[in-house]
Amino acid sequence: MKNIGVGVMETKETKEKKEKVPRQKMPEQDPKVRIHNFNEVPFGYSEETAIIEAKRCIQCKKPACIEGCPVDVKIPQFIKQIADGNFMEAAKVLKETNSLPAVCGRVCPQEDQCEKTCILGKKGEPVAIGRLERFAADYERNSGSFTVQDVAKPNGKKVAIAGAGPAGLTAAGDLVKLGYDVTIFEALHKAGGVLVYGIPEFRLPKAIVEAEVEGLRRLGVKIETNFVIGRTKTIDELFEEGFEAVFIGVGAGAPVFMNVPGENLIGIYSANEYLTRSNLMKAYLFPEYDTPIVRGKKVAVIGGGNVAMDSVRTALRLGAEKAMIIYRRTEVEMPARIEEVHHAKEEGVEFLMLTAPVEYIGNKEGWVTGMKCIKMELGEPDESGRRSPIPIKGSEYVIDVDTVVVAVGTVANPIVPATTKGLETNRKGYIVTKDESGLTSRQGIYAGGDIVTGSATVILAMGAGRKAAKAIHEYLSGN
Amino acid sequence: MNKILENRKLSEQVVKMVFEAPVIAQKRKAGQFIILKIDEKGERIPLTIVDSDAQKGTVTIIYQIVGKTTAQLSQLKAGDVLQDVQGPLGNPTHIENFGRVICVGGGVGVGVVYPLAVALKKAGNEVISIIGSRTKDLLILEEEMKQVSDRLVVCTDDGSYGFHGFVSAVLQQEIDSGQKIDHVFAIGPVPMMKVICDVTKPHGIKTVVSLNSIMVDATGMCGACRVSVGGKTKFTCVDGPEFDGHEVDFKLLSDRLKTYCEAEREAYEKHRCGCDGN
Repeated sequence: MKNIGVGVMETKETKEKKEKVPRQKMPEQDPKVRIHNFNEVPFGYSEETAIIEAKRCIQCKKPACIEGCPVDVKIPQFIKQIADGNFMEAAKVLKETNSLPAVCGRVCPQEDQCEKTCILGKKGEPVAIGRLERFAADYERNSGSFTVQDVAKPNGKKVAIAGAGPAGLTAAGDLVKLGYDVTIFEALHKAGGVLVYGIPEFRLPKAIVEAEVEGLRRLGVKIETNFVIGRTKTIDELFEEGFEAVFIGVGAGAPVFMNVPGENLIGIYSANEYLTRSNLMKAYLFPEYDTPIVRGKKVAVIGGGNVAMDSVRTALRLGAEKAMIIYRRTEVEMPARIEEVHHAKEEGVEFLMLTAPVEYIGNKEGWVTGMKCIKMELGEPDESGRRSPIPIKGSEYVIDVDTVVVAVGTVANPIVPATTKGLETNRKGYIVTKDESGLTSRQGIYAGGDIVTGSATVILAMGAGRKAAKAIHEYLSGN
Repeated sequence: MNKILENRKLSEQVVKMVFEAPVIAQKRKAGQFIILKIDEKGERIPLTIVDSDAQKGTVTIIYQIVGKTTAQLSQLKAGDVLQDVQGPLGNPTHIENFGRVICVGGGVGVGVVYPLAVALKKAGNEVISIIGSRTKDLLILEEEMKQVSDRLVVCTDDGSYGFHGFVSAVLQQEIDSGQKIDHVFAIGPVPMMKVICDVTKPHGIKTVVSLNSIMVDATGMCGACRVSVGGKTKFTCVDGPEFDGHEVDFKLLSDRLKTYCEAEREAYEKHRCGCDGN
């Protein structure tokens, strides 16, 4: 910090100081060390660093950052509290609008949201809003004392929520604060949805998710696990039992396979299965935990999104000597966050761009041993706006692999729509909503998150949960 | 949390368990299954519901001790609890009055075919059942099957009880006798189901099998349980567990069931020597 603040006049010096303090880095585990463990990669800010970073915020009168946030976090306010050293107060501000700040501080794509619109980013680097959010939320959790949220008097109205993922948890938090009697029905044995089965420990420690879920329980949210809406009970049965509104936030929930010959060979996983085994079932701790996972030496992950990055980095930690990303376009088109790609590269992941599998080769026991790939070139932009990959004839070649993870997206899980009469879906099976409120074709039934939009981000699902909660409140309170 | 009411060995390797699960007991239909997880570190295993009592709110399962989880399960006592039970899952069996049906059950598969025989009988079918095991001591549910069947044939591979030979040989005899057989349900080890399908296929007798694929979430999310049916990939958990046996790729099923053999052996060894603390 010695190289800054060499202004001539005192006033100018102060001004320059404000502008030139660089965005504070977050210390991280060394890549060589971290590929052998599942501990979180970044360590988070110290109190000193957090204050330095918070002071970079110029406290805009009309903060553009908030507009970039799907849940309208009062960003300048919470940052001001950190700058003043009031860390608990900062957490309280965050929680007013965000029920899962420790999660968002870690997994939100801030570079496309709040930090993208931060005014400091116009000339230099934006304020590290995500890192500060993480700091405040962690500070509160580690302090052991929770700021208690204001909860309205119980109004006796029952609301059911299908799915304890980011959308459902957010909707539940908002509704319980408004006085509703909220029950979340979760299919798996643990609450959290993608936060527990999908995102790995090294990116989002599960203790953090548990703490955030516990916070909701403390507010009065009831959570019924092992409860598959559509199988254990249907939505119509919930209405019969006295629930007055239902929010569906069950996620997209079904893996896409590519219909490539040999795709059912042993050792070929969907990313959903690979990550669920490792994260939810803790297969990386087998045999201490009972769920096994194939610990491949040569692992190919098909796809270029965050889920692909999570899978390939998990493979490394499970002992892969060669971990590859196979993507049919180029790095520019990859949907993964830059930070994730950067981390994967640091850890030694190989990136095979403009490449796609056309056939899997197996041995006589049915295990995958090789993957025939074809090279691609980029043609005209397709409907997604990205240049579409075109196979180059005769460019096929074989890569040796013993494990493959297919991470090319998800489709709608049909269980809820198929068991709920009159619930309209589109041709892809996603639930159709009338507007931002999430209202479906059925009165009293709202939906949000991946089951409406298809695979998206945690924060967008949370935003949808928030809007639906507001709409449910308007519906049930007659406003 | 589900309280165990009974956990009793039917044979050396096969155990019957009754536990509390009121919602599942009310909901379940023949052919459906549950996912069970014993404790925090446990794996999720699918088990077919053999019976249920909606009034008492109980569910019955029958399992074979094949590895660590089932061994640990067999050591639990009445009054102990299962941490997680999820269900009912999968599609119920398509039951109608087909006419004359044959229910074939092998080994622990007899437990799975039993609720089908009950439902088929109730629907007005003439139910002929063929059940078998390797040896007499491993045979289960003979009395129960007798009660719901118009005729029951029992066989053992080693001839220690009943007909000396495989269930498929008995089925072949039934077909050869010239009677009209409208439908066959066959549940048991993969090789048995394959042979049964080989026997019925030339005669064009519709044969339904119930598959025991490896599963994790069992709600269509992971694809661990994928099988090939009529050349198309299906998920056993949400598209099944029952499929047209003449369309199933049994080789693929059998291969995929071996995915974790080595790991499971390791876990089971550790469990048996007490090194895992369970």
